[in-house]
This record gives sequence, C-alpha cells and structure tokens, in this order.
Amino acid sequence: MENDKQGLFGRMDRRNMLKGLATVPFLGAFAIGWWRKRRKDHYLQHSLLKEIGMDASAPVIPPSPSRDKTIRLGIIGYGGRGAHLVRGTGFAHPELIQEWKEAALINSDDKRYEDFLSQEDLNVELNGVCDVYDKRAERALLASGNTSREGTDAGITANARRYRTYQELLQADDIDAVIIGTPDHWHAQMTIDAARAGKHVYVEKGMTRILEETYTMVDAVKESGICFQLGHQGRQTESYLKAREVVEKGLLGDINLIEVCTNRNTPNGAWQYKIDDGAGPHNIDWEQFSGPYSDHPFSLERFFRWRCWWDYGTGLSGDLFTHEYDAINQILDLGIPYSVVSSGGIYFFKDGREVPDVWQVTCEYPQRDLTLLYSASLASSRNRGKVIMGHDGHMQLGNSLTVWPDRDSTRYEKMIERGIIDPEKPLFNYIPGKKNVDAVSSATEAYFAGRGLLYTYRGGKRVDTTHLHIKEWLDCIRTGQQPSCNIDQGFQEAITAQMAIISYRENKKVFWDPEQQKII
Amino acid sequence: MLSLLTCISLFIMKYSKWQFTALLLLRVLIGWHFLYEGLVKLVNPDWSSIGYLLDSKWILAGFFHSLAANPAVLNVVDFLNVWGLIIVGLGLILGVFTRISAIGGMVLLGFYFLSHPPFLNLEYVLPSEGSYLIVNKTLLELISLWVLCLFPTGRIIGIDRIIFGVTE
Repeated sequence: MENDKQGLFGRMDRRNMLKGLATVPFLGAFAIGWWRKRRKDHYLQHSLLKEIGMDASAPVIPPSPSRDKTIRLGIIGYGGRGAHLVRGTGFAHPELIQEWKEAALINSDDKRYEDFLSQEDLNVELNGVCDVYDKRAERALLASGNTSREGTDAGITANARRYRTYQELLQADDIDAVIIGTPDHWHAQMTIDAARAGKHVYVEKGMTRILEETYTMVDAVKESGICFQLGHQGRQTESYLKAREVVEKGLLGDINLIEVCTNRNTPNGAWQYKIDDGAGPHNIDWEQFSGPYSDHPFSLERFFRWRCWWDYGTGLSGDLFTHEYDAINQILDLGIPYSVVSSGGIYFFKDGREVPDVWQVTCEYPQRDLTLLYSASLASSRNRGKVIMGHDGHMQLGNSLTVWPDRDSTRYEKMIERGIIDPEKPLFNYIPGKKNVDAVSSATEAYFAGRGLLYTYRGGKRVDTTHLHIKEWLDCIRTGQQPSCNIDQGFQEAITAQMAIISYRENKKVFWDPEQQKII
Repeated sequence: MLSLLTCISLFIMKYSKWQFTALLLLRVLIGWHFLYEGLVKLVNPDWSSIGYLLDSKWILAGFFHSLAANPAVLNVVDFLNVWGLIIVGLGLILGVFTRISAIGGMVLLGFYFLSHPPFLNLEYVLPSEGSYLIVNKTLLELISLWVLCLFPTGRIIGIDRIIFGVTE
C-alpha cells in the first residue's frame, strides 16, 4: 500500500511535481484577495485623510531655551500638591525615592523611580521653604538638598532655609521665584505680595477663593511684570494640543454642546485626607494658616481637609471644575461665559462639610452658539469623559483623543453614502505613546491619568505634566515670554469659577458684563 | 519518539478521496487564517501586542504582563508573533514542513489561549466576538492543528512531497 519515493535528491516526475505544488493556487487566490482588500483600505484611508487633513503625528512642541542661568526657588506650602510641584522641579524627599526604588524592585511595571530619574534637569535651586506645619516644612528642607535624587541611604542634608512666614521668604535675596501650593484662601494675597517683591509666581488652581481678590491679584501681576503661571498642568497634555487641531480643521462642524465631568468615589477623592498622628497646635501655626480669612478655632479636620469649607477653598469649583474648564478653554478659547447657573448639594459626604459633593454648572456662550455643561459627583465613579459635540461629529478627550463622525452630518453625508466614512467607527484616533506601558497604581492616580492630568507624552515617552508645566514657567522666566496659563487665562478661569460659586451660594443665575468687567 | 510516530502514521494512513479533501481544506484554510493575521499586523505600523498582553488574565498573566513591561522584549515578542503567523500560514497552505508548521501554530495558539482563557470569573477589556465558556475558537483551531499533525497531508499534496518524497 505504501509507495515511498525519494524526495529532493531522488527522481521527481512531473506528476509528483504538480501534486507537490497543487496548493500554490490557494496562495495566488490569497494574494489577489489581499491586494484587493489593501487597495480598498488604502483608497478609503487616503480619501478619509484627504477629507479630514489630520495625521497621527505628535503636535510640535517648541524646544526649550538655554538653561545657563540657575533659577533660585522658594516653596510656600509643602502639602501633597506642594510636594508634587517641588518634584516637578527635580527635588523629592529621600524617603519617597526609597519607597519608589523598593516598589520598582518588587514590580518591574512600577516606573515612578525610573521616570523621576529621567526627568529633565531644570537648573534650579530650592533655597527657601515656608509651611505652617513643622513636619511638612522639615520634609521640604530635606527634599531641597536631594539634588542627586537619592534614597534614604545617601545621607542627604537640607539645602534650603526655613522661613516662619511667607512674607519673610519673599524678602530673601537668594530667591527669584516662588511656587505657591497653599490652600486657596492664600493664593491671591501671596501672589500679590510676591509680585510686589518682584518674585515670579507659579500658583496652584483655583486661582482665587473669592471674586474681589481676583481683580487685585490680576492688577498686581500685570503691574509687576513678573512671569506668572497658574497650575493647570493639563495645558501640557499632548492630546489637548491635538484636539485644538481637530477643532481648527472643522472636523466637528458647528460645536454646540460640551460636556465635562468629575467622577470620584473614594473618601480621599472627596477630600477626606488623612489626618497625621501627632499633628496639633504645637506644630501647626493655626493663626497664620487662618489669616484674616477665618476665626474658627483650631481644628485638625479643617487643617487637613480644608477643601470642604468655604473659608479656605471653593470645593469642586476651584479643585476640579477649573481643570475641566481650562482644558476646554485651551482648546476652544471660550473665555468667560455670558451666564452661569449652578446647583447641587451635600448628598453623600455628610461629614460637616459646607461645599457640595454633587454639583452641576451650566455655562452659556450665546456668542459662540454653545453650552458648556459640567457635572460632578464625588460619590460615583461612573466617568462620562470629556465630550465636544458638533453637527458633523463629536470628540472624546482624555489622555487619548477620538473623533466620531455624526450619522446625520452634512459635511460627511456623501462620504458616508460612498462607504468612505463609517459612522460606527472613529474618524480619527490619537493615542500618544501607545507603545509604552503605563503603570498607574492608585485609583486617584488612574483618575488623573485618564484626564490627562498626571502624565502626558513627549516623543512617545511618558512625562509628568506637572513637571512640564513648571518647566514651561521656568523657561518663560528665562526668555521673558508668556507661559500657556498666564494671568489672562487665569482671570478667565477665576471669573468663571466665581460665577459658578456665586450662582450656587446665592441660588441665582449670574451674568458677566464684559464692559464693566463685573458679575451681575 | 516523534519520528517513530511519523513512520507509524505513514504506514497506516490511507485516506478516502473525501477524507483527504476535508483534511487538505482544513490545512489550507487554517494556513490562510494564520497568513492573513500575520500580514495584517506586519503592514500596520501601529500594531503591537502590548494591549493584548496587558489584558491577560489567569495564572500566567504575570508572565504575559512582564513581556509587555520591557520595550525590548515587547519588540521581540511582536516580531516573533508576526513572522511566526506568516511562516506557519505559508507552511500550511503550501504544505512545506507541514508538521513543524502545525506544531508551531499550536504553540502560538497555546499562548493566545493561555493568556486569555475564557474561564468563569475572568473578564477582559478587549471584547470577544462570540460567547465562550472554557472552549473558544482559539482552542478549536489548536485542536484542529493537532488533528492535522496526526493525519498529515503535506507529503500527498504539498511541497513536502518534493522535499521528503511521496506518501500515496
């Protein structure tokens, strides 16, 4: 039954050759199918790209200027955010570095140490530290000496001097610029005093706590000519820069509704921050913390969870609405709304707080024919993203960007008919650094990362947006240029946030009078 | 051991016309599928296995995640996967080194299955196009390749006939 014949080295007749190659036609059929499919895909893609005029390349970022001159910094307020800002300049507490180093040994996906080591050297010195809480001031002092980014075994010692009051820090000759990471109630006065002392300012958002101080702050910054940057690090998010290109190319058609949101569902996310063991009136300068803004007696809860009270912060408005607003303002140049209505309540975190935990803001822009809608819950993590809706398409935004064509679009009607555009598929997708691995650990970190508030990408590499935002500020100090979130952008942010707060607290619709520059 | 099995199978196999046609079609069509999967990835400059690897679940998830964690390793994985698919595809269609191709295909499918087994309580980010419980199409394709190993056709219709000689 078996009839084994020799192979290559033996006799091979024509019949055997044909049988040997009998399946080659399948390959031919495959090749034809492949070629036709490729040709169709190529045609569709080419037609589409011609129509939308976008490509997936990263937006162009201008190169940094020379950093020959060292900038000497002071930090006012070294809490959680202040410490992050100082890390953005290149200084971290040795204990934190140690923790990251050890975490990286256990989990190779944990890139925090590696990322921090590769963070660009900005040629700065940290010479002054001011914090009303001794423990934090001491941590800042130790961080200031950690120029080599070492862990606890390197014997790091302090470099900066501690100042008991921020006014004393502002008088120091060896400080050119200050980073203000205090609670919101001090932002305006500290910026005003710093500007008058000729120090450049990087201040955290929300820019101001109450309306009146917004005007004096803006005047002081403009009169002094200092370089001012407001801490909306989302300005550095690559996908937002790309989003601007999408809007400019008109891919969305007439934009009429923008929906932005905040969704968190943890005590930490709702500002129930940890209260340090051992903290008390003996190591917290309560009088200086309160300033002229509050006469409430000493309270650990108010000190650590200040965002929950109007005396110190503005709740969702300054903390999170401003980030969302600024992201959209950066893409669309919306400016101050014509009118604002807001509503909400304390519906979940009934812990004695004054600020709402569920809150909605409707901003009308009749001159732009659009509405900006902000909707927030601190007690549900159902995230609804950031969506810009137009007649021809809508754009979903986070760290990545997706543009969807509208099935009833006028612009794309013919292309949908011809099958070039499929309304069920994205028109354009931009995922920066998509070949890289993200190791985002905590839920809060994941939340920020998804909103482009923690990391972004430069040249396909993951970078901390806070670092980039501080870097831009320092570069502008050196060149005399204006940073992306300057005082004019800050003014628009602050007024919009104040309109929302006033509307909520006074339970009324408020309007902006551009002639009088007043809220009415 | 394997070569002994080969000898035995060569001796005992005598397919009817329809049995042979079915086996040959199965071989060519699986080859087609592999080849297309490989080429599609090859021509897409943005393709990477990273998302798939990171979405891995079950006891081998740590291993698959570690492959994704290192860009150099990831590049090697991507390269081996793309060219593995193409070579296996060509091998099965043309019947060249058919048995090795089938085994290579089983190894690839084994990795895909073990990285994303459709077991109870495992949920994936990447959606699946069908409904599966324990058994999915990857597993079926893997077992089909096993069948093709046990019922070889490459030396009847295939370049193996030219290289290694004929089995009729």
